[in-house]
Amino acid sequence: MTATGRTISTSLASQIKRGRRKLSVLGWIAETLKYAVLIVLSISFLLPFYWMVSSALKDSSQIYTVPPIWIPNPAYWNNFWDAWMTYNFNLYTFNTVVRYAIPATIGTVLSSATVAYGFARIQWPGRDFLFWICMMTMMVPFQVTTVPLFITFKHLGWINSYRPLTIPAWFGSAFFIFMLRQFFKTIPEELSDAARIDGASELGILFRIILPLSKPALTVVALFTLMGCWNDYYGPLIYVNNAELMPLALGVQAMRTELAHVGGTHKFAYAYLMAVSTMVTAPIVIAFFLAQRTFIEGISLTGMKG
Amino acid sequence: MSVAISKRRRISPSTRRRFLTGLLFVSPWLIGLLIWTVYPIVASVYYSFHRYDLLRPPVFLGLRNYTRIFTQDADFSVVMYNTFVYVIIGTPLGLASAFLMASLLNTRIAGRSIFRAIFFFPSIVPGVVVAMIWQFLLNPQFGAINGTLRALGLPVIPFLTSPPYAKPTLIMIGMWAQGSAIVIFLATLQDVPRSLYEAATVDGATAWHKFWYVTIPMCTPVILFQLVMGFIWGFQDFTLPYLLTGGGPNEATRFYALYLYDNAFRFLRMGKASALAWILFVIILIFTAILFKSSARWVYYGGGDE
Repeated sequence: MTATGRTISTSLASQIKRGRRKLSVLGWIAETLKYAVLIVLSISFLLPFYWMVSSALKDSSQIYTVPPIWIPNPAYWNNFWDAWMTYNFNLYTFNTVVRYAIPATIGTVLSSATVAYGFARIQWPGRDFLFWICMMTMMVPFQVTTVPLFITFKHLGWINSYRPLTIPAWFGSAFFIFMLRQFFKTIPEELSDAARIDGASELGILFRIILPLSKPALTVVALFTLMGCWNDYYGPLIYVNNAELMPLALGVQAMRTELAHVGGTHKFAYAYLMAVSTMVTAPIVIAFFLAQRTFIEGISLTGMKG
Repeated sequence: MSVAISKRRRISPSTRRRFLTGLLFVSPWLIGLLIWTVYPIVASVYYSFHRYDLLRPPVFLGLRNYTRIFTQDADFSVVMYNTFVYVIIGTPLGLASAFLMASLLNTRIAGRSIFRAIFFFPSIVPGVVVAMIWQFLLNPQFGAINGTLRALGLPVIPFLTSPPYAKPTLIMIGMWAQGSAIVIFLATLQDVPRSLYEAATVDGATAWHKFWYVTIPMCTPVILFQLVMGFIWGFQDFTLPYLLTGGGPNEATRFYALYLYDNAFRFLRMGKASALAWILFVIILIFTAILFKSSARWVYYGGGDE
């Protein structure tokens, strides 16, 4: 059915000139069906989020009602504030952003861009071989390196800090090196040559010419790294156990465990969980709406060239 | 390095300078490679031949970690079965649905970017939030889905609490969060040259023929890449099963990454965990090799693509 819908329109591409509005009855049925499928799919994709937000406004009597209540009445708007403040989410946000996301993002962008420049814009013997090795490292499952690194970090006394998660970020990420290299290669070589004739150093060319021209690609790297830190669960789970240092992902989970103990006796147990989930998701929604094109183009850029 | 330089001494000084400059630019990655990849890989091999619990010094076991995993570890075969079912069914199913949805979006429709945004969005939501929403939504007593079924007098579905349902439920949630694959496939579909469809129309091809003989072959390189990445990620999938089911019910969702995590960070069996990581690496390598080997039969490289 999808196939039919899709190809009807491609064959339309050639027929379009002959008469745009002359769709057959069959064509109309296919068109209607196509939108019906799209709308049903869209609703099922969005419904979980609607459920999350609406449940954030309920008290337990509304939560436990069958059939489920879709429009809470009364709506407890205070839940957002109460849940956030009661469970220390200002601290978790601070930890996520200041201790984790910002240092990791600055490190990743700067180091990946520098390394990508060395792989993309300078001709030197051995370059392509090293680049190949860089690509191969992406094949190694993180589990192989996690165990020895954990042992090393433990001996260094880095457990219960963000150092295991932020310091490696300053050594470049193979994935983003690859992405930036592809992007840098599209910038005309003449620009660099002209600058070299004027006596610019390679570092000067990188910072004065290449980086300003690569803002879209750098935005993708920064955005994806920030979001990766904001969403990261596995890294902090292993390295950060101290309640004072927890990031948002662990904070939500800790709150869930705590509320599970009081269970049904808490009037807003589920509502609080959903309220905090909503608020943790909100910045991602905002970022997505502000930078939708960056997201979509970034994803398309990263997934296509093998 | 000094060997490499002395070999090249006969080459012009400018080449030598470029070599040093290039090396300097990639040095963050190169140093990182030694610290964060090469050393852990070597150490991981070492630990996999030892018993090590972080407290007492490592005890040499030879290959016994490996032989015990394969011959005496009853959990291992359960974990392997779970993981293979999950990955071999889940990954292609998820990609097929993503491809169909991308094809639907690639037809001539109004509001394409809105639909694309809706389908993409779940994939960037934090894993903790995804787990929180679905656990609540699928709750057998008062979740939205079972609450509705109950109200309609239909039998309740034990999505996450009954072994036969648990894996399909996780696969379904994975399909919901399949946004980046949809975006990548859509970008690929939009790159298929119009002229090919026009030529097919001239030759009297039906819509189905065009989909099967033009669209799919033109997309096979990207499908291959997505399959490879999908399998690699699938084998390492951790956050969602860890938070949603914790490996249950009755071990039905105890996947490889969970098992490895338990051994390393709950039981502190660093040696066994290292051995498990290497077995995982070998499995991934075999899978990737099979896919690339088979690709000669079904992947179409043409149209000037790489």
